[in-house]
Amino acid sequence: MAGAVIELAGVSKHYGAVAALDGAALSVGEGEFVALVGGSGSGKTTLLKTINRLVNPDAGQVRVGGQDVGASAPHELRRRIGYVFQEVGLFPHLSVAENIAVTPKLLGWDKARIAERVEALLDLVALPREVGARSPAALSGGQRQRVGVARALAAEPKLMLMDEPFGALDPIIRDALGGDYRALHDRLGLTTVMVTHDIAEAVLLADRIVVLDHGRILADGAPADLLAEASDPIVRALLEAPKRQAERLRQRLGASS
Amino acid sequence: MSPSLQAAAALLPEYLAWHVLLSVSALGLGLAISLPLAIAAARSPRLRWPVLALASLIQTIPSLALLALFFPLLLALSVLSAATIGRGFSALGFLPSLLALTLYSVLPILRNGVAGLTGVDPAISQAADGVGMTPRQKLLQVELPLAAPVIMAGVRTAAVWTIGAATLSTPVGQTSLGNYIFAGLQTENWVSVLFGCAASAALALAADQLLGLVETGARTRRRGLVVAGLAGIVIGAAVAMAPLAGLGKPAAYVVGAKNFSEQYILAELIAGRLERAGAARVSRKEDLGSAVAYRALAAGEIDVYVDYSGTLWTNVLGRTDNPGRQAVLEGLTVELKRRDGVVVLGSLGFENAYAFAMRADRAKALGVASLTDLAREAPKLTLGTDIEFLSRPEWKAVDAAYGLGFKTKRSFQPTFMYRALSGGDADVISAFSSDGRIAADNLVVLTDPRAAIPPYDAVILISPERAGDERLVEALRPLVGAISVEAMRAANYSVDRDSGKLTPAQAAEALAIR
Repeated sequence: MAGAVIELAGVSKHYGAVAALDGAALSVGEGEFVALVGGSGSGKTTLLKTINRLVNPDAGQVRVGGQDVGASAPHELRRRIGYVFQEVGLFPHLSVAENIAVTPKLLGWDKARIAERVEALLDLVALPREVGARSPAALSGGQRQRVGVARALAAEPKLMLMDEPFGALDPIIRDALGGDYRALHDRLGLTTVMVTHDIAEAVLLADRIVVLDHGRILADGAPADLLAEASDPIVRALLEAPKRQAERLRQRLGASS
Repeated sequence: MSPSLQAAAALLPEYLAWHVLLSVSALGLGLAISLPLAIAAARSPRLRWPVLALASLIQTIPSLALLALFFPLLLALSVLSAATIGRGFSALGFLPSLLALTLYSVLPILRNGVAGLTGVDPAISQAADGVGMTPRQKLLQVELPLAAPVIMAGVRTAAVWTIGAATLSTPVGQTSLGNYIFAGLQTENWVSVLFGCAASAALALAADQLLGLVETGARTRRRGLVVAGLAGIVIGAAVAMAPLAGLGKPAAYVVGAKNFSEQYILAELIAGRLERAGAARVSRKEDLGSAVAYRALAAGEIDVYVDYSGTLWTNVLGRTDNPGRQAVLEGLTVELKRRDGVVVLGSLGFENAYAFAMRADRAKALGVASLTDLAREAPKLTLGTDIEFLSRPEWKAVDAAYGLGFKTKRSFQPTFMYRALSGGDADVISAFSSDGRIAADNLVVLTDPRAAIPPYDAVILISPERAGDERLVEALRPLVGAISVEAMRAANYSVDRDSGKLTPAQAAEALAIR
């Protein structure tokens, strides 16, 4: 594995008396696709947000590209990291193209380069180019999240953070978008950390699964290894769920066909 | 077009220009204060409550009172600045009106600003952080554009309030569309009142519609509408204010007037004489409150006006004794000069005294001819007064001398006071002895055997700075002793009567010829 892109050591975050993160440690190498899984309140989103400083930890250290995240201004850090989340948060007063162009514009790219980049990104996320002139309100949920991914990729970041990116979409679109994104990840040589509560999605997309519970990391490894080796009952239950589900599906669908 | 409508229309350019200048300035200043305040309050919940509570508190102060309160405040500041840096400033007119209206415009913009900014979808706010905006970029590129329609709705409300409340700046000496309303109310010129209301309402509606275009443009993200609305406001305001460019030169003389017909007529009479004496420009500050007028003169904000000896004796010098007409005049001449440097040029020749008046038939039926008789009947009667009489020392003196225990006491605008008497809502009123309506309405004035009411000779007062102005003094000296009470009554009645009304300027002309 090449040098770690992300390194967390002893990271804690408390909200009042509740520990959202409790001494979490994690290292993510270049090119990895890591899924953070766990129930609600497990701390997976909090952990993700410490990486681009949307959350500032109470204790511990977070390094991105070998540098402490506190070393530069938060906005400078974030312009180097793509960020996609479930609500998408497209700016309603800007067109799709303007939404995609936000970070390059903040970085002071010239107009021609931005226009070229927007077209390339629309192609990349499989949206017709004429969508660029539309208002986000005129798009479907799946199209909106494709724009969200394009916006996150606009300034050519090497690191992508995704918080339940496909959680609000219907299963078919979700599957298609997940597959498309994984292909992008490989093609562009990205490093991706994705939060999801859907174990099947994690198993299907990620190289590595990190299981969190009450702010602690319970397990960390490739999906198959975890299933084979994990002894923790919470981890086992979590990982076996999609497998059991798949078997039941096969039985039922097989019986009726 | 009727003559009174014509007269009102002729005044429109100047009144409208001042009204628009005042409203635009107050709204601009209000925006400059409330927008940063709204941003700060939206960021800090701890700041939000006190800021909004304070703005709401200001809003609960009646607008007329807010305007009135700025006069003594600014006067004190002006005296202080004159004492410390050697330069005072005008506490009358534009400044107090601007400050009060600015405060008034803050709440709607502030409240909508906070609502608009805190109402931005948290997901969009998070996205702005996520794409790498600095807090300032987030505010300018995301939060303010998204809050703009809500903020504009607040600006609209503020504009309508400000334009309406600006009519109240007339009593603190600022010309506005309120001049139509205040002067019309005093002279029972309902055409003038309606004209003022209609002009102010039309202005408010126009501003509301144009700002509405901007709001709709911001809401539907149509830049054309925003530009059209803003252009309409800029062009409209510029056209409305254009007459002020012609008024650029400061007036050579400022003639003051309190808020009733006789004062308007006398101010016109004085102004006319000054103009004929070759004064380049004479301006009028009308509808001043009784106490405001004298202080404004002493401070040099107006150069000349007519006041009444009894008012000055009791209210300015605080005297409660009544040494007689001549002694009061002489005492005033010495005391005002010594105390404030104010010159009493002399009496015009008539009195406008507080006089208790009743309908002749009613007085006869009750057998009332004097205040002593009135004291006997008072427990069965209702007293109608103007708004300030009951808080004036003259009332206390009369009450102390005769013991007037009225059944009820009611206060009216002077105009409505006479109406109340003729309509039976009041049995006795505190009339003015030079009022033409005494004869016209067939009223009797009750005698004052104990001389409790001081004399009220109409006197010309000249400000300290103009004391040595020969042209002014010589132009006005012929007025001393020149006006009989009959002439003044006739002039007053020609303005106050219901039909065939004259304007104060016309009445002054008629008075000058006699």
